Amino acid sequence: MYKEELLEHFKNPHNFGEVKNPTIEVSGVNSLCGDAVKITLKTDKFGIIKDIKFKSSGCAVSTAAASLLTDYLKGKNVSEVKKLDDNFMVKLLGGVTPARVRCAVLPLETLKRRG
Amino acid sequence: MNKNDFPILQREINGRRLVYLDNAATSQKPIQVIEAVSSFYKEHNANIHRGIHTLSEEASNMFDSAYKKTACFIGADHFEEIVFTQGTTSSINLVAASLLRTRYWEDGGEVIITEMEHHANILPWMDLLGAKKDFVGIRDVAGLKVAKVKKDGTLDVDHLLSLVTKKAKVVAVAQVSNVLGTINPIKEIVKAVKAKSDALVLVDGAQAAPHMKVNVKGLGCDFYVFSSHKMLGPTGVGILWTKKEILDKMPPVFLGGGMIKEVHFDRAVWDDLPNRFVPGTPNISGVVGFSAALDYLSNVGMDNIAEYEDSLCGYALDKLSKENGIEIYGPLKDRSGVISFNVKGIPSHDLASILDMDGIAIRTGHHCAMPLHLKLGVPSSARASVYLYNEEEDIDALIEGIRRAQRIFNV
Repeated sequence: MYKEELLEHFKNPHNFGEVKNPTIEVSGVNSLCGDAVKITLKTDKFGIIKDIKFKSSGCAVSTAAASLLTDYLKGKNVSEVKKLDDNFMVKLLGGVTPARVRCAVLPLETLKRRG
Repeated sequence: MNKNDFPILQREINGRRLVYLDNAATSQKPIQVIEAVSSFYKEHNANIHRGIHTLSEEASNMFDSAYKKTACFIGADHFEEIVFTQGTTSSINLVAASLLRTRYWEDGGEVIITEMEHHANILPWMDLLGAKKDFVGIRDVAGLKVAKVKKDGTLDVDHLLSLVTKKAKVVAVAQVSNVLGTINPIKEIVKAVKAKSDALVLVDGAQAAPHMKVNVKGLGCDFYVFSSHKMLGPTGVGILWTKKEILDKMPPVFLGGGMIKEVHFDRAVWDDLPNRFVPGTPNISGVVGFSAALDYLSNVGMDNIAEYEDSLCGYALDKLSKENGIEIYGPLKDRSGVISFNVKGIPSHDLASILDMDGIAIRTGHHCAMPLHLKLGVPSSARASVYLYNEEEDIDALIEGIRRAQRIFNV
């Protein structure tokens, strides 16, 4: 599970921070492990994600998940979020153990609540 | 005590010997307990106190003998002082909900807890004190006073006592912290609280009763609560001990068959203790299993267990503190075998995943003590906790696992 790519995204996460004047701002927590994530993004009038950033405190899996997911979503239509599921996140991370799926999907779940 | 008494410890996890260090969450069960539950269902199963047939008589006797055994185990005088609940959490909830229905609580009052309590010793009191409760949560809690934990992980007893005024109705405190492992000086606290107020004192013994000899009379408290499943017994059995003169005056919260003398459509009369607090069919097999767990523990001897765990905990603390990048929470002495820590650069959740690959089971998260973690300034911690079947080689495996995690994370 702890492959080089996952660890790299944990140590040097992409899109870390906050977008100024965001169109969408969402926060989520995984009370099981204490992971917390905040995602901010800006869309154009067509819903295309122009910029997306996240802040998190928590485990390597959820941080890497947010890093990879924000990379993936940048430039796509925000409606794309609805089409993504748990399996997508697990694959994006190169596979995680069943006990860690909740960490893997935290950023996506958080976005889905508003996206 | 024979490690082979615990079948699950023979298991392999991910091809490795199971190293079980999550005992503060729940303990493993010896074959004696497993067989007590199994033989109850195979040979004696019936409902209690309501049949004149042989099986019901046997089941009733087995259930009733657990009252006496439990009372004896914690040094209580009367078996009627024992109430079997579903766990520590339900014991505390029962006390809070019952107090709410007493004249004692008629004018309200204050409840004093500590920063090191787990949620089960916080929320029921908030429920008792909270003005607004609905499907979202509890708001406008007034009268909950929280005693501070000192930097070294010990309870600030002076601060606790400064919070106790004439308004204090309940003081609820853990005997052993489930995060810091701190052993609180309960006897001294109870004495001092009683000297300056009429407050009732509830001691949460969930992390104490499994690991040390408990004498409720010696402690001087009014309520003592603990769980079967953390002390070799089945899940779903909790114990509430209450001083008889207090329990006598406490109304039941859950009502139904088995706890009444008379029922009419305009009135009802509760049964005597302890039946008053046993509505419906209790967890008979669980209580029978718990009884076998008490036999097992008594046979080993609680003082022997305490002494053994103290030396194993000392070994673990010594080893862990010599490693690089490990921050240990809680005091270094007068503590129980619950060790919470963080490894620099490795979120605790990931540490647990990597340890699991080696068959090592620990707990991570906030251990149902979110306010304490906020105070420690960490979102979560890793927690290794020992019991009588753990050995030094389990600690060595933990250390090796941590080193492996450090190599994977390159820290």
